[in-house]
Amino acid sequence: MNRFAWVTPSTIEEAVGALEPGALVKAGGIDLMDLLKEGLIAPQRLVNLRAVEGLDRIEEKDEGLHVGPLVTLARLAANPIVQGRYRALADAAGHAATPQIRNVATVGGNLLQRPRCWYFRSEAFVCKKKGGGRCYAHGGENAYHAIMNNKTCAAVHPSATATALLALGAKLRIAGPTDAREVPLETFFVAPEVDVMRENALGAGEIITEIVIPYPPSEAGSAYLKQGEKESFDWPLAEVAVLLERDGNRCKRAIIVLGAAGPVPVRARTAEAALADKVIDDATARAAAKAAVQGATPLEQNAYKVTIFEAIVRRTILAARGNTA
Amino acid sequence: MADENGKVAVQTGLVFPGGSSLSEVERAVPSDEPPPWPLNAELSVVGKPFPRLDGPLKVTGAATYTADVRLPGMLHARVIRSPHPHARVKNIDVTAAERHPAARAVHVLEHMRGGAKLRDPKQETPSKFPIVRYVGQPIAAIAAATPADAEEVMRLVKVDYEVLPFVVDLEEARKPDAPRVFPGATEQPATAGGGGAVPNVPQQGNVRGPTKTGPLGPPRGDVEKGFEEAEITVENTFRTAVQTHSALETHGVVADWKPEVLTVYASTQGTSTVRDELAEVFGLPKGKIRVVTEFMGGGFGSKFGIGNFGVLAVHLSKKASAPVRLMLDRKEEHVNGGNRPSSVQRLRVGAKKDGSLTAIHLTSWGTGGTATGAGAGNVAKNMYACPNILIEESDVFTNAGPAAAFRAPGHPQGAFALEQVIDELAEKLGMDPLALRDKIDIDEDLGGRNVDSAARRMERKIGSQKFDWARRKPAGSDRGPVKRGLGVAQSIWYRFIDLDASCEVRLLRDGTVEVLSAVQDIGTGIRTALAQVVAEELGLQPKDITVRVGDTAFPAGVPSGGSRTTGSITPAARNAAHEVRRRFLADVAASMGARPEALSLKGGKVLLGDDGGRGIPFRSAAAKLKTEQITASRSRAHDYGGFAPGRPGMNMGIGGFGGVQFAEVTVDTETGIIKVERVVAVHDCGRPINPLALESQINGGILQGISYALYENRVLDRRAGVQLNPNFEQYKVLGAREVPAIEVLLLEEYQGRSSTDAGGIGEPATVPTAAALANAVYNATGVRMTELPMTPARVLTALAAARKGAQ
Repeated sequence: MNRFAWVTPSTIEEAVGALEPGALVKAGGIDLMDLLKEGLIAPQRLVNLRAVEGLDRIEEKDEGLHVGPLVTLARLAANPIVQGRYRALADAAGHAATPQIRNVATVGGNLLQRPRCWYFRSEAFVCKKKGGGRCYAHGGENAYHAIMNNKTCAAVHPSATATALLALGAKLRIAGPTDAREVPLETFFVAPEVDVMRENALGAGEIITEIVIPYPPSEAGSAYLKQGEKESFDWPLAEVAVLLERDGNRCKRAIIVLGAAGPVPVRARTAEAALADKVIDDATARAAAKAAVQGATPLEQNAYKVTIFEAIVRRTILAARGNTA
Repeated sequence: MADENGKVAVQTGLVFPGGSSLSEVERAVPSDEPPPWPLNAELSVVGKPFPRLDGPLKVTGAATYTADVRLPGMLHARVIRSPHPHARVKNIDVTAAERHPAARAVHVLEHMRGGAKLRDPKQETPSKFPIVRYVGQPIAAIAAATPADAEEVMRLVKVDYEVLPFVVDLEEARKPDAPRVFPGATEQPATAGGGGAVPNVPQQGNVRGPTKTGPLGPPRGDVEKGFEEAEITVENTFRTAVQTHSALETHGVVADWKPEVLTVYASTQGTSTVRDELAEVFGLPKGKIRVVTEFMGGGFGSKFGIGNFGVLAVHLSKKASAPVRLMLDRKEEHVNGGNRPSSVQRLRVGAKKDGSLTAIHLTSWGTGGTATGAGAGNVAKNMYACPNILIEESDVFTNAGPAAAFRAPGHPQGAFALEQVIDELAEKLGMDPLALRDKIDIDEDLGGRNVDSAARRMERKIGSQKFDWARRKPAGSDRGPVKRGLGVAQSIWYRFIDLDASCEVRLLRDGTVEVLSAVQDIGTGIRTALAQVVAEELGLQPKDITVRVGDTAFPAGVPSGGSRTTGSITPAARNAAHEVRRRFLADVAASMGARPEALSLKGGKVLLGDDGGRGIPFRSAAAKLKTEQITASRSRAHDYGGFAPGRPGMNMGIGGFGGVQFAEVTVDTETGIIKVERVVAVHDCGRPINPLALESQINGGILQGISYALYENRVLDRRAGVQLNPNFEQYKVLGAREVPAIEVLLLEEYQGRSSTDAGGIGEPATVPTAAALANAVYNATGVRMTELPMTPARVLTALAAARKGAQ
């Protein structure tokens, strides 16, 4: 770990102003510490957001739910409003990492954390993500890697809340050196084919100031399920978030998002289409689940993840039906 | 003296929940040892559950572990390690490191300790520095004022490597043209830090073996003939993964070199073994070395020696003339802290139609990296009666960190194979698995071979009742996607006794009672057990006893390995306490106007005859001592009746320890997830001293066994030789949500072998767990899992293969 300066701004403007080249943002500091300890980053300055006013609120107003980026995963998971109308988000936040980490880790940090690919995380491998020429997971130890969109880089996106927020149609408010902007989460993530060195479109000197989740339509329900090898402290082999909008028994609209499947969260559009206008039952959920994993391109050691995804997609659809208001 | 033995009648046999089966035998007890205790039911402190005396210190953080030791002027060390799996070190440039203003000492390692060595060192081109044979091998170390300084200085050491071809994959390494980890045949001499390998074993390439004579004896009978006689034969191949010890406290020391004495605070399972190895490495008399382990955060077999890190820390302390702290970080711990070798086991068992075994043939190989120790045959050799047994074990060297002893070396692996094959045999015979075991688990007089089936017979009986084994359905008969299964497996372990086990007991005039021994409490609760034994002898409570352990300044203590601590050290404590008691009563008898023989110690009082509880409080009686203190030091005597014959250099008692574990699992056939719902564990380990601590250790053994069965797997990249999961994030250890309902039933097993007749439980508690789980998974699904860990990937693959086979 290198020596660095420590800055604690009290406003968003000051924070953005402090983000000179070589500086990094610190919120909960969970992922940051991992990256520092492994020698993957060497910031000259850390800008600690913990003293910035107003970044840790959860409020339902105007267009829907407004979540500050510094809200911890534990608070998000325990909030009754989130548990009610935004159930997928509460369950995603509540099943990430460990109780200790959830007490410190923030939703902003969860969205922006770097992938957990063990080649990326080891200083012994200079992979594409670190400016190298190859993806070591290809032909390597890839049991936990991507089963979709994995040709360039096979790391899976690590964010549980991204999976849920994408299903809930969230958008991000971002402050930076120029004008503040608003980005739908749908277009926030950057595929490795576009730029393998990053996972999202947050620019230099920018910080997320708010996450806005629209009110779910009436007769809508969401669910999130995670399947790890263990329940305590494990990353998902498969995770799925589903938003179901219903018209009686029928599915009016479905959004199905797969996490831990590809380098960025994957919208399973074929599966969504398969559900549209159908009565949601075990058979249609099964058909949609099959559609969700169609075209998967597993590597040597992770075809089993395709099987697990198929089961988890089906179960999450049925859970979302059960959660419908 | 000790050789003048008197014959004493002792009750032996079993006391179990709901009954007992006991008989009286005569044992020759040395004249200076106290008479045997009666059964636990008649004792007041021993055999009763006591929370550990140091519990409050541990949970409040007040206990001082090695990592907590802070000495004035203490420096912080870091180790420079090889990034290459196989290399020749051409040059080490430490000038930049030495020039750093915060640097206080630099030391380059001259010799590698641990692992195998070339039989003929000349087979390798001479090199100034040890050859690098795995990623993470220590090269040098530096000491600096602060941890941050140490990290900066560490990065300034420049090492030039000539990179050599390497192999980390077990099957690749077996091929004749594989890169050689060692260019010639190897030996692994025993050191204070760990057991050696059988010498003069043939070696072809990386494959050392097969050995047919393990430490427990040569082959028996003629397996070919045995298979000819067999009416039914079962054969399967089993694979187990490399498991790292993953103790919560990593390896580490604080070394304090002073001209008059070297003091080393060490996280170790053997204060005495560390001292002895330091004496050897630094040419110091043992009396000039003091090793201290006040509290210890787990070792599981990996922490007996000083290790390369410890040697480096002592050198740095000597050079800097200051104390040096060197604790491994988690990554170093995974790559260089030792591991349980992998195994591939081809096991074939022949039997008659009535179930009696005619032949057992095990061929096994596995890798402990640059060390030997991959043998897995002891379970197959010792569990069941069979006239023809052949075990052929080989070590396969790979460019990976050296193995170390790990909680019942070879046994969880061996049980995983044997207990599944026995279940397969039962199924083919149309017998219940417990009924088959009743048939074949019988004692044989094989010159002290450690079969101990009377206890297991009772354990199967009471365990199956508690577990309700009768509800077990035919394999794979559940309809839904989540299937439930029940399984059972057995444990076998041995009575290892260390005669280097001594205690001093002191009684002071103010009533203070101290017990002192170099023995260390590695988390298993020996502190509390010693207090109980001394309290029992003196009519006190455990809290009245001050236990001071983990310091080589005290009388010699047994290293904690082989589950031998309690069986070795508690008799020494009782013997010493008994002598103190004798002299105490002699001192106070006159003032009470009685003969010493008429006095007894009970309930915190000195009692005269049957005076109904009147008498003098212990403390008031102590005030009458003629001298300030009474002190006695005593050691462990030989087992009454002697040790098992034919095992030179190893004190193994007659009879062993074991247990039976029952497991209930569910298998989600859509996701491959196995969930352990319930474990009923029935164990025996001699006379229980503290049933609460025993239960804790059995819980721990089961949890470590579940973790081994379902999750743990050291993953190396085959192309770089680098461990990809040297952390607790990707190296998966079971957590709170994976803990099943555990019910422990303890047998009291009286053998009349020592003044406490106690034994150990650490190892037998973890031997059968993975096997019991695998048998339960088979019962749930009808599909046999032959490879550990039983991950969703493997479960789904096995289920898919079975479906395909059925079509």
